[in-house]
Amino acid sequence: MTRSRNLKIASVAAFLAIVFIAVPAAISASGRIDLYYTLTSVALLSIASAGVWLTFYIGRINIGQGAYALAGGYVSAILVMNHGWSFWLTLPVAGLFCAAASVLIGLPILRLRGVYFAMVTLTLTEVARLLALALPITNGAKGIVSIPLPGALSVFGLTIIPDFATLQNSRLAFYLLAVTLMVVCFGVMYRLVHSRIGKLCQSLQQNEELASSIGVNIAYLRVIAYAVSSFFGGVAGAIFAAISQSIYPSSFTVTDSVNFMLNCFLGGLGYVFGPMLGTLVLYFGWDLLFQTGELQLLIYSGLMIVLMLVLPNGLLSLAASTRRKA
Amino acid sequence: MEQVIANGLYLGAQYALIALGLTLIFALMNVLNFAHGQMYVLGGFITYTVYGQLGLPFVLALLASGVTLAVIGALMEKFLFRTVIRRSHREESTMLLAAATAFFFDAVILLIFGEKQRGVPKIVKGVFNDAGIIMPYDRLVVGALAILFIAAFVLYMQYSRVGRAMRALAQDRVAAQLMGVRVDRYSMIGFAMGAMLAGVVGGLLVTITGVNSGIGGPISIKAFLMVMIGGAGVVGGAIAGGFILGMMESVGLTVLREYGDVTYLVIFAALMVFLSIRPNGLMGKPWG
Repeated sequence: MTRSRNLKIASVAAFLAIVFIAVPAAISASGRIDLYYTLTSVALLSIASAGVWLTFYIGRINIGQGAYALAGGYVSAILVMNHGWSFWLTLPVAGLFCAAASVLIGLPILRLRGVYFAMVTLTLTEVARLLALALPITNGAKGIVSIPLPGALSVFGLTIIPDFATLQNSRLAFYLLAVTLMVVCFGVMYRLVHSRIGKLCQSLQQNEELASSIGVNIAYLRVIAYAVSSFFGGVAGAIFAAISQSIYPSSFTVTDSVNFMLNCFLGGLGYVFGPMLGTLVLYFGWDLLFQTGELQLLIYSGLMIVLMLVLPNGLLSLAASTRRKA
Repeated sequence: MEQVIANGLYLGAQYALIALGLTLIFALMNVLNFAHGQMYVLGGFITYTVYGQLGLPFVLALLASGVTLAVIGALMEKFLFRTVIRRSHREESTMLLAAATAFFFDAVILLIFGEKQRGVPKIVKGVFNDAGIIMPYDRLVVGALAILFIAAFVLYMQYSRVGRAMRALAQDRVAAQLMGVRVDRYSMIGFAMGAMLAGVVGGLLVTITGVNSGIGGPISIKAFLMVMIGGAGVVGGAIAGGFILGMMESVGLTVLREYGDVTYLVIFAALMVFLSIRPNGLMGKPWG
């Protein structure tokens, strides 16, 4: 027991050391500053994918995360541009807005199951895109551009985060921000899954009627899980808007929603850290294949099919099966 | 008004045919075939090549589209979906596979046929103009063919031996197996038929709207919509869903014209309200 506990602490410490110290050091040594942007994207996408994973955990296939990422991006952008809010304040507001919206939307649609839920969330992504095109406040297809970089954040006169615009290397700052949030997000997920609520959610995944019959409040639980999931999506979208300093109706589309889902599948649905690994592999795989030019999509999708045939339960199932054999 | 209804019926006939293939695959395998739109595009390009480029008769081109897609569908079921369903812990894993095959088809189509919009010569010339309805003859022919195919499909499912086996499979897989239905074989035939329908619609519509490599995804989404309206896995539901969506699109484009491009926004919103009242669509199985 204590050994496995020590192992856990050691691996968390190693992970933190890698993402906060080793990766920036390696990047500054090799001079590949563009990697910061790639890794920041991976961190943010894995936050959104973590949300999708959580809805998988209650037995729902969620292809609607793009809608919440888009909504979060727009909420943050509009508050910063039209109302002069600080970016740091808009970040939780964007998340809460998405969570609130997801409660309203989730109450009816979470009654759906299986492919019905999957398809309705898929159309939700389209609804979000069409709404962004049609609403006056989102500025239609032109989108919202030249959003200022996040300003300084200070509490009681003490500057915690400096103004991003004054930094020499804002990419590093965004990287640290995204990775910090990713660590927090997966920490929350890990706690959630290993808590009482997590066990209850697992009972939903297995059999909702049975869970309900022994007194689990299934309607409440699944709305909570969906709201947390959408919160993650909204936060990730808001930071994306801040990094690219722009947001368009096409910033998050059906393809993105499907990719969030694929990240979870690829990492493995049974593992909390599956979405992180899945995002890393898919995003880097796509980037690496860029050199193959027009064959990029062919090789990428071909590899995905092969991977699915060989490891249908996700990449992390490989580690689990070797452990079981040992 | 008559024009709007005529347009709606025409759209509905072609949509219903698209939805039929999707719902058949879902009913038999519990697989949501993301690649359905891509199969449609592939069928369109095959007809474009055989009829438009090689100049062979249209019927032959349509046949080529159907047969090619049927073979592809059968191979996909045998070597991809069956394997994954057997090895995976959760049946949702097939969705990743379906999405991956959709990407794969997209890539193949782009490599072979390029990204240009392609069209073929009209199959019938002239325009029908009577009783306040204006409709080109080729649309009438395609609409009639679509209805013919739908009728043939329904009759086949209802009265043939293969159709009966597939209906049994859709109703209860285990029970069908116990009654001596060869599950693997009919799953494969069903998948092939679903893919064939997608290919045939693609071949039919290339004569009117043309085809380009990017429309696969949007077609899939429309097919999902129709299946949701009617209820997944039910033949009657797919047909009803197709005609309802076609009618809504036709009416919406006329009524909502002055508000800009909001027809699909309204349709989506209406669908979400509808599904929250009737979660399984018009005729879907209760367990979804």
